[in-house]
Parts: sequence; C-alpha cells; structure tokens
Amino acid sequence: MNFDMLAMQAFTGLSVFTILMLMALGLAIVFGLMGVINMAHGELMAMGAYTTYGTAVLFETYFPRFMDAYFVVGIVFAFCITFVFGFLLERGLIQFLYKRPLDTMLATWGLSLILQQIYRQFINAKEVEVPTVSWLQGTWQATETVSFPLSRIFIIGLAVVTGAAVYMLLYKTRWGLRIRAVTQNRSISGAVGINTTKVDAFTFALGCGLAGIAGSSFTMLASTGPVTGQAYIVDTFIVVVFGGVESLLGTIASAFIMGQMQSWFEYFMSGSMARASILLLVIVVLYFRPNGLFATKVRR
Amino acid sequence: MSNTDRRGFIKATAATAAASAIAAPYIWPKGAQAAGTVKMGILHSLTGTIAIAEKSVVDAEMLAVEEINAAGGVMGQKIEAVVEDGASDWPTFAEKARKLIEKDKVAAVMGCYTSASRKAVLPVFEKLKGLLYYPTYYEGLERSENIMYTAQEATQSVIAAMDWLAKNKGKSFYMIGSDYIWPRTTIKIAKATLGRLGGKLAGEGYYPLGHIEFSSEINKIKAAKPDVILNCVVGGSNVAFFKQLNAAGITGKNQAILSLAVSEEEVSGIGAENAAGTLTCMSYFQSLKNPANEKFVKAFKAKYGANRVTGDTLNCGYNSVYLWKLAAEKAKSFEVAKVVAASSDLQFDSPEGKIKFHKDNHHLWKHARIGTFRPDGQVDMVYESALIEPNPFPKL
Repeated sequence: MNFDMLAMQAFTGLSVFTILMLMALGLAIVFGLMGVINMAHGELMAMGAYTTYGTAVLFETYFPRFMDAYFVVGIVFAFCITFVFGFLLERGLIQFLYKRPLDTMLATWGLSLILQQIYRQFINAKEVEVPTVSWLQGTWQATETVSFPLSRIFIIGLAVVTGAAVYMLLYKTRWGLRIRAVTQNRSISGAVGINTTKVDAFTFALGCGLAGIAGSSFTMLASTGPVTGQAYIVDTFIVVVFGGVESLLGTIASAFIMGQMQSWFEYFMSGSMARASILLLVIVVLYFRPNGLFATKVRR
Repeated sequence: MSNTDRRGFIKATAATAAASAIAAPYIWPKGAQAAGTVKMGILHSLTGTIAIAEKSVVDAEMLAVEEINAAGGVMGQKIEAVVEDGASDWPTFAEKARKLIEKDKVAAVMGCYTSASRKAVLPVFEKLKGLLYYPTYYEGLERSENIMYTAQEATQSVIAAMDWLAKNKGKSFYMIGSDYIWPRTTIKIAKATLGRLGGKLAGEGYYPLGHIEFSSEINKIKAAKPDVILNCVVGGSNVAFFKQLNAAGITGKNQAILSLAVSEEEVSGIGAENAAGTLTCMSYFQSLKNPANEKFVKAFKAKYGANRVTGDTLNCGYNSVYLWKLAAEKAKSFEVAKVVAASSDLQFDSPEGKIKFHKDNHHLWKHARIGTFRPDGQVDMVYESALIEPNPFPKL
C-alpha cells in the first residue's frame, strides 16, 4: 500500500464515518434520549430521500433554470416534511406507548411496512432517479493520482454543520435544556413547570427531521426506493447501541470507529467478510460493556 | 402407539398422498376448464425487496394474457389469471405455489424471479405435478421435468460475454457481485472461462444484498487497474455502485464495465447519465428492431404508460405465456406431461426474435446480445451472437 492509497482509504473512512453519523444522530435522539425504539426510522430516511426526489421533479418542471439549487432546497424540504410527520406520529401514536417499549417496537415496525408499501404503491415500485446536481458531479483532484469525490466532501460538510447545530440546540438553548431535563427525570421536570408532552413531541420530531436530512443527502450516493430504509436501519442501530444509547458524543465516537473499521476491513477482505467481522467485534465489545462503549454511569 | 402401528400409519399416509398425486392430473383439467376458461397462475413478489424487479414482470405477463384472450383464448378458452404475492419470502412462494396447484387447480404458473424462490417452489411443482414457467436469466445447473426455463442460462450470458470482452476489451478482469447464489455461481463460471481464455483475475469482491457503501472496493479497483469490471451486483446496490463509481471518476467512457444484472429497467433507478457508456449482456433490448418487438413495446406502453420501459425479464415473462399457449394448442390438452412433451422444439416469433425450445432440456435457444447504454437509458447493440444451444450443465 502506497501513500496515495493510504490517503484515499483514510478519506473513505472519514466519509463512511460522517455518513454513519448523519444516520445515527436522529436515532440517538429518539432512541437514546427518549428511549423510543423507532423501527420506522429507516423509512423516515427514505421519506427524506423521496422528498428530495419530489423537489427535483418540481424544479425540473417549473424552474428548470434553478435546477442547480434544487438539492439545497430539497434538504430543507426533507427536514421540514419528516419533522412534521414525526410530530404527528408522536401525537397520534408514540405518546400512547411510552411505558410499553415492546409495543412501540411492534407498532413502529408495522408502520415501517405500511410506509414501504405506500412508497411502492403510490410513488414507484422501482428505485427513482434523483439527479446529481452539476456542482457535485466529479472529483476533486488533490494530486495527480489522488482524488476525492465531491459528493462525499459535501456530505462531510453537511454532517459537520448538522452535528454542530444539534449540539448547539441541545446544550446552548433553553429548548435543549428542557429536553435534557426531561431525559434525566420526567416527573421532576414536570413538577418544575416544563411542559413534558410538548418537549416529547418536539424531541421526537427533531429526531425524525434529522433522519430526513440524512436520507436526502444519501440520494447522492445510493438508491431511493421503497426498501432503501432497510439498508440504513441496521447500521444505524448498531452505531447507536455500540456507542452507548444515552450519550450523543458516544454515538459520534462510535460512528467514527465503525466507519474506520468498515473502510479498512473492506480493503483487506471481501465485503461480506468485513461485515461479519465488524458484527463479531461489536458482539464482543457489547459482551464486556453491555451498555455500550461510551455509556455514562447512570444511577437507576 | 406401537412401532408397527406407526409404520402402518406412515404407509397409509404415503399411499394416500401418492394416490392423490396420481389422481390429480385426471381431476384438475375439469376444474381448470370450467365455464370456458382455463386458469393460469402468476406467482411473483408484489411486496418486499424483490418487488422492484418482479412487479413489471407481472405487468408483461398480464399483457400477454389480455392479448391472447382478445384473440380468442387458448383452444377457445379464455385465460383466467390467478395472481399470488410471493412477498419476497421463499417459504411464502412455496406455500402459494401449493395453493395455486391444489386449490385453484391452475394449468400452469408463470413465476419466480430469484433462484432462491425457484429452489423453494421446485419440490412443490415436482411433487404435485404442476408446471412452472421461469422467466429470469439464471446461473443454470438445473433441469426439472416440471419447469420450463424461458430466459438465458449461464452459457448464453456470462460465457458469451466473457468471450467477447476478452477479444475486444482486454483480459484482466475485476469481478464484483452481491453475496448469494446467482452472483457467486456466475462469477465461478466466469473465472473458469477466464482460465480457458488465458486471462488474469485482477480482483474480486462480494457484498451483502442491499449494500450501499462501495468506496473501499472502488479504491481497490483503482489500484488494480483492470481492463474490464464484470459487475454481478444485483438490485438497489447497483444504484450505489454506479453513483459511487461515477463520483470517483470511473465511467463507461474511460473503463469497460459490463453488468450482467442491469437492464433498461434498472437503469431508470441508477440514473441514465451514471450508466451511460457501460455495457450490458442480455437476450433482449427494448431497442431491438423487429415487428414482434415493435408490437410488444407499443402495446406495453399503451397499457402501462409512455414512460415505462421494457427489459429482458419482461420480454421473457411475456414469451412464457405465449409459449405455454402454443404448447397447449400443439398438445391439444392442458395436461402437464403433454404440454411439456409438446414444448420440445417448439418455436415462437418473440420480441427478442425467433426462439426455440431445446429438444429435451427445457431451456430455449437464444441469442446473447451485448449493448452499450445510451444517455437516455436505452441500449445500442454492439454484438449479437448466433442462436446458442442451451446447455444448463456446461463443462468449464
């Protein structure tokens, strides 16, 4: 392995890390902070992807001159639509199941199947084509032999911005303070005057909105189809569980480790073997640290 | 229950089963032909992962049924299609196959897409003496008395493609595929062919179905600098693979990439601009110029919409219904054994040109065709083989 290869593999690792982080942030909030196991999280990503597709079609039909800008608008739309959907979902379904984690799992799994069939029936059974905007096509030629895809550079940037925004929201605003308070102790938070139902709905919607952003950005790299979400959901759960479900920083660190492992393992062995080895390592780690790699000690 | 009793019980059950199996062919034609109709099963996934590929095959088969009925049916009997959903789940396929044969008493079934689903229904069709028309290109190495294979097997696709590639594009190959039976077997056959041609294997990789991250593999491809990338990736992963290849600067313009599981249909999801210039090997392209195909494409678009495209498996599904009709008319019966016997050497002027069943191995004589994807997602044919004799058990 020469220097060029090393640079490209390191970039691949970085890229996979940011992708996993984008996928896992929303789930880390919903699952980690709220304790809701949302099996439909993957389908929410697909919803974000479909929104981006819809935006592309809209721009192609009505504003073909601004086609280059559609992707940015698509990301914003994706966030808004999944946010609203998440809000309605929490109000209409999840709020009745907070004390019944197993029922939540079953209900959201059912929801994921319903969403998949809706995509299949009303959008397209096949993958739809989301055009790559011209400024994300091609590569950045760093040296003569080393090049980095622009779409991946964009996703790295987007992940950094999103991560920073979530951090600011949770740790620097009053809303964030309320969310953290409710996470730590729901009844005391209620007692000091925080409207916990409102906080729950907002937090859940935020997690869903982040899934939308992730789904939207992945249209540049992967497919947009009815079962697209299934490709993401397993990795997303692994990242969150591996990192320790109650810590956002743990999720990010875990995404970093998983991303590096994936890119290097895949370099040295076949894809399926790499995947099996990663899962094996995760199992071993969880055996010794059942609460995840970065779980903070919480008194129960 | 003593041992003898149990043995007796098993014997009795087996005898009953055998008796009903023998009796079945004599009972069902009555049911199947009641009221001037003949029942035909359609068994594909309408839900689940594989629905992406199978739904449009159902469309093509229904089109053939409609055409045949409009022209007076089979031996004066209208076809009544019974559509069942295999739900991308192999045990469900077996269950629905049993239901179609035993309860609906269909005369034949058009169905299955993945090899896994075909392997699941095979024992059902053999035991209950049903008849399955299987319309997907597959890896070969199978021949059942109760299955008619209407798409190409390995010698008619991968081996023909390898010969052409080695002659025209170079002899160092990088092979990549999804990790299950079809890609694994196909690449095994490709490697054996490569040995015969004196080529070099630059690398190979397998990824789970649905995998979406190919950047490490692409780095490896960049380092290996192969003459040809042989792509056996299946389904949605292809979208990720092509988009990421393109983003990394590897395109059909600067690299020979031949896909064995990408037709006009899949390209609409990949994005035609990402696949432009890459090669594909099939028996049928929508752009083929012949009267039967022009009629097929026109009818398909009229029924399902102008933006729909046809493709290899759609063509094979469409042909299957006609091949069954022709065989039944030749046999003057819907009885499975007679239909199968009548299929020997049976010819049909199909959208992919003249095709003919082999004398006895249940596969079709076919052309292998290689083409380049255009920026609009259609294919320009660059090579057409002579009719290749089907040989599901090739010497490698």
